[in-house]
Amino acid sequence: MSCNPAIGGLGKGHLVREIDAMDGVMGRVADKAGIQFRLLNRRKGPAVQGPRAQADREIYRSEMLRETISAENLEILEGEVVDLILEGDRVTGVVLAEGQRISSKSVVLTTGTFLRGVIHIGDVSSPGGRMGDKPSVRLAERIDSFELPLGRLKTGTPPRLDGRTIDWDTLHSQPGDDDPVVFSFLNKLPFARQISCGITHTNEATHDIIRENLSRSAMYGGQISGVGPRYCPSIEDKVVRFADKTSHQVFLEPEGLNDTTVYPNGISTSLPIDIQEAYVRSIEGLSQVQIVQPGYAIEYDYVDPRSLDLRLAVKGMSGFFLAGQINGTTGYEEAAAQGLVAGLNAARHAVDQEPVHFSRSDSYIGVMIDDLTSRGVTEPYRMFTSRAEFRLSLRADNADQRLTGKGIALGCVAEARQRIFEDKMDRLAAGRSMLDSKGYSSSEIKQIGLMASQDGARRTGYQLLAFPDMSFSRLAAYDHDLAVIDDDIQAQLERDALYANYIDRQQRDVAALKKDEALQIPEDFDFLRIEGLSNELKMKLNTARPVNLAQASRVDGMTPAALTLILAKLRQAQRVKSA
Amino acid sequence: MDTIFALATAQGKSGVAVVRVSGPNAWDAGIALTGGLPEPRRASVRRLVDTDGGYLDEALVLCFSKNHSFTGEKTVEFQLHGSIAVVRAVLSALSVQPGLRPAMPGEFTRRALENGRLDLTQVEGLADLIEAETESQRRQALRVLSGDLGKRVNSWRRDLIRAAALLEAVIDFADEDVPVDVTPEVTDLVTGVRAELVQELRGFSGAERIRTGFEVAIVGAPNVGKSTLLNALAGREAAITSDVAGTTRDVIEVRMDIGGLAVTLLDTAGLRDTDDRVEAIGVARAKDRAAAADLRVFLMEDGSDLDIIPEPDDLVLHAKADLRPDGRGISGFTGQGLDALIVAIEDRLSKKVAQASLVTRERHRLALLEGISSLDVALPVVAQGVDSYDIAAEEISIAIRRLSTLVGHVDVENLLDEIFSSFCVGK
Repeated sequence: MSCNPAIGGLGKGHLVREIDAMDGVMGRVADKAGIQFRLLNRRKGPAVQGPRAQADREIYRSEMLRETISAENLEILEGEVVDLILEGDRVTGVVLAEGQRISSKSVVLTTGTFLRGVIHIGDVSSPGGRMGDKPSVRLAERIDSFELPLGRLKTGTPPRLDGRTIDWDTLHSQPGDDDPVVFSFLNKLPFARQISCGITHTNEATHDIIRENLSRSAMYGGQISGVGPRYCPSIEDKVVRFADKTSHQVFLEPEGLNDTTVYPNGISTSLPIDIQEAYVRSIEGLSQVQIVQPGYAIEYDYVDPRSLDLRLAVKGMSGFFLAGQINGTTGYEEAAAQGLVAGLNAARHAVDQEPVHFSRSDSYIGVMIDDLTSRGVTEPYRMFTSRAEFRLSLRADNADQRLTGKGIALGCVAEARQRIFEDKMDRLAAGRSMLDSKGYSSSEIKQIGLMASQDGARRTGYQLLAFPDMSFSRLAAYDHDLAVIDDDIQAQLERDALYANYIDRQQRDVAALKKDEALQIPEDFDFLRIEGLSNELKMKLNTARPVNLAQASRVDGMTPAALTLILAKLRQAQRVKSA
Repeated sequence: MDTIFALATAQGKSGVAVVRVSGPNAWDAGIALTGGLPEPRRASVRRLVDTDGGYLDEALVLCFSKNHSFTGEKTVEFQLHGSIAVVRAVLSALSVQPGLRPAMPGEFTRRALENGRLDLTQVEGLADLIEAETESQRRQALRVLSGDLGKRVNSWRRDLIRAAALLEAVIDFADEDVPVDVTPEVTDLVTGVRAELVQELRGFSGAERIRTGFEVAIVGAPNVGKSTLLNALAGREAAITSDVAGTTRDVIEVRMDIGGLAVTLLDTAGLRDTDDRVEAIGVARAKDRAAAADLRVFLMEDGSDLDIIPEPDDLVLHAKADLRPDGRGISGFTGQGLDALIVAIEDRLSKKVAQASLVTRERHRLALLEGISSLDVALPVVAQGVDSYDIAAEEISIAIRRLSTLVGHVDVENLLDEIFSSFCVGK
């Protein structure tokens, strides 16, 4: 973990749950390593709640290694990949720096920030994939030869602090939740001891130091050409762009239980080391602080993800998959979810099985893959709940209901999880049918304390749960029959019912989306030859190369008229084919 | 690909009727009927015969080669004598040609679109232009097409997207430095858009009338000269007139162009209590139609008392001016006051047009209504505060999606079906 040792958050937490639902390891490992759990938006509705955990860097590393080693049929080889083995447009393996050749039917490339990585600290730049590691240059040159559209992104980290030199007593602290919510559907509680984070703030003095030295920042001095994320600005950016703010929040996050390193979240920088020290020490509680490792910005190559299909395979090549930051996303959760998609498909490709696709209507994974492959990126792509138009049904709490069945069908879910899942689904179904079998009259509903129209219609228990301010416990207090339902199932039914009305209304949109997703656009479809489209739109389509009609509809500047033309052309092509 | 054929001009008797054949076999079919086609884009007279050599008609024949026709396909056009029998005989002769079938509604236009001969806005423009009967319809169609409605929708969308974005910021950046309570600004934005939607909806009836035409009903007691007035306005004997009270039983409709507006004048049965069952039905109908009309012209004689009351804009005139001692009022018999009446009708209807919104179709109206209803749900939810933002955001995004169907993101299939079904065969 080269960045913030935290997992999850809003949107990101959803991804972790989905990975876990498919029996990926991230959630399980994060549960083992979590030293502070917080459910973000706890008071808002379940659709926008995101689990997040602060991880112990060492536990995370060792648990991840343990999971990897213990995985069946998995052999780990360590080495620098410097080249790919090619047969025509088929990738058939990799070449290691020492010259060893490893042949394979599929290759998934996950270069992180290593592809032609350059590290900037103030006006000093040096090649590097992350602090202390060499960049990947030969591999980048090989990728150049594929003539894929490449871009440059940047990201940054703050200076790491020695926790022993922080004056914790003067600072506010932020504890984890009293009732921690973990990631994996297999776990109930955290494993590690739980800790608090500290909170401090920058001040005018901090901002003055930064302003006076802006010209020495790699970003503002002109050394960096890559685009950084707007949602995770450096402290230089914050001071310049939000000049009227006199203070910014800084979270002091311990990197582990037995680690004195502290990650000051909110002040990433590419200023020179002496300036970093000066501004950090101007912050309350940090006046004596020692910097363990300076903050830095890193620039790296990414491949325009519009060159990929929905399996994350490079279009026009065979057996070549990309996942993670190489596709222009942020690391960790987004990367892990792509690893799942690319990994599954690479494996299926190797044994000649049908591709696995995720849809915007079934998962955040589907939303992300679709966004990446149809829209590309202008900054490192990060998941947000607002990216999911079917947010009310794609919740962190029902990721297993949405995806574990799919995972079982694909054969990537272990037996233990399958049993737990099937048991839960059985209990959910039983609970649901009990609720549905109940019919409450308007006078009974009144007794429960709900306002219902006096239309004489009976309402089921499930329908009552959709009422605002209604809870399962309130219903069970009135109707004791329902108390036999397990607490976890009660809670889940309550969450499922809450948005039921909206989810029903969305079914039409989901169906329309699925229909458009099913209308595949052939890889050789010539957008430039569609007469009646503006040249601008033709060019955009030609760059985006949507793989289905749903994707085409989201190309920037797309109009219903233009979409109709594309559909007409598709139909015409189909007719010509079938004729 | 089938070759299609259809009558391209209006059904019925006419001077000339055009039958169009389009598709790969069009020329072959043309040769079969004519014995030999003229060279492309040259008009030439041919004797048309059916497969048995039977004489059909003498016609002006035109053919177009692939990529040089309306549809982009090989095309033959027969300009026939506009007789129903001739047209029927030629269509029947074509129907037995190999690979030919009658065109579906709008199919020629659809092929023109698919073959890149027209783009979709041109198709929509064509549809409205073909439908347009009057100057104001033409102008309105152009106003809608030029994107005025789109601009308005985009401004609503912009405000709602801003409102949604505020909510999303609170949701997605809950653990960061963002404003926690955005309820006041969101409420302002949503309230503002809602008011504009309601305003737009009010102008719907005027706009729809431009498209479908206004109805102006002439009402009055029996035998005050309503039918005479209608005939005078229409310039022909559309309604039977006599001095027998109660001559008009049914509602007589005459379509006119008044000041560029499409107007249907309604002559109605004279209003009175009657024991005649047929006349009583006529009177009831007269009342219904008069009430539903956009404007009523009341013909009154001194002392007459009708049980429908004029609305503020309605025109109330003295009937039979030619017989009145003071000579005031209107007379269909002498033509007195007709010009003034037409000016007054135009004036009243123009006022309604001036308030007309750009919302011209039922589809538009529904989208506005649904948008308003989502915003009505959203407002109290927003007011509940931060904990309900997930629902508020959903309602606002529903409103955005519904409004977007006016200009953007419509289910493509529906759009296609709607466009092509609004085309009559052969256009």
